[in-house]
Amino acid sequence: MATLSRWLRVFGRFWWEFLVGDTPELFVATLVVVGVAFALASLHVLPVIVVPGVAIAAVVWSAARGRVPSQANRSPSQDQ
Amino acid sequence: MLLLTSSSLTSSDWVLMLAVFGASAVEMVEALTIVLAAGTSRGWRSALEGAAAALVVLGLIVALVGVPLVRYVPIDALRVIVGALLLSLGLNWLRKAWLRASGHKALHDEDKIYAETVAELEADGPVSARRDAVGFAVAFKGVFLEGTEVVLIVISLGASQGRLGLAALAALAAALVVIVVGAVVARQLSSVPENTIKLTVGVMLTSFGVFWVGEGAGIHWPGSDAFLLVLIGVFAALSAAMISWLRRSAPLPTGAV
Repeated sequence: MATLSRWLRVFGRFWWEFLVGDTPELFVATLVVVGVAFALASLHVLPVIVVPGVAIAAVVWSAARGRVPSQANRSPSQDQ
Repeated sequence: MLLLTSSSLTSSDWVLMLAVFGASAVEMVEALTIVLAAGTSRGWRSALEGAAAALVVLGLIVALVGVPLVRYVPIDALRVIVGALLLSLGLNWLRKAWLRASGHKALHDEDKIYAETVAELEADGPVSARRDAVGFAVAFKGVFLEGTEVVLIVISLGASQGRLGLAALAALAAALVVIVVGAVVARQLSSVPENTIKLTVGVMLTSFGVFWVGEGAGIHWPGSDAFLLVLIGVFAALSAAMISWLRRSAPLPTGAV
């Protein structure tokens, strides 16, 4: 029983790290893309633009958040 | 017998093979670094046996999980699930590759990882004369963990297009190429343009992800399968623009793309 629970914990941790990791915003974005795709599927042109658009917006926003401030823009507290 | 000719392959088959080959190559380079470190410090027999055992387990997972998926799960549900998985993976690879190429994140340094792994293993007690359990375990773990991502990509891409065998072959080809190149260049794996490959694969995984989620949800893409190439073009152009924009505020030397 203890072995099973340990394996389940390891399995759960693996999928959490794999899908969420340190970028939960991208996991949420994936769920939003799926939701938007189903919501707009019956329309013609709109989903073709909006579905890739949501993915683009999410990754651009996430990358912008992941930037390290350059020395010129770094505040004294960020150097500590 | 499996016969493949270039005329029997569609454009999405080629994209699939390229994506799986690239993803496998990147992960195999990382796995090979660990196997080389284990072999050098703990003996080649145990390291190679550990790596081979991990490859067998990964192959079994593809067969045991992939084949039932293709046979028993409705294709639209399968496309949404694997599309979401590919999209999640692809967005993460894209983000990481952009940040590395623009100098906001340090490049993956195989030489440094090799040196650190060797130092850790050499400090791990005397090497057994016959079969070294530490060397076996480290090589097994390295290949298994890096290979798991490859297995997920093989199963996802292969199952959603009904081309599991083709995806597995592309992964196997990448593993063989990396092993041969690794044997020739030995410890110079840092010269492999890992981030460029990762960026290319990130573009493909994201494009496949968006495409399959849409297909599974019932969206009719203009031009059908050919729209995949449009998505690849869009994400490639976006990557070029983002790297250029991110480089303007880079605190580190930028990586090659």
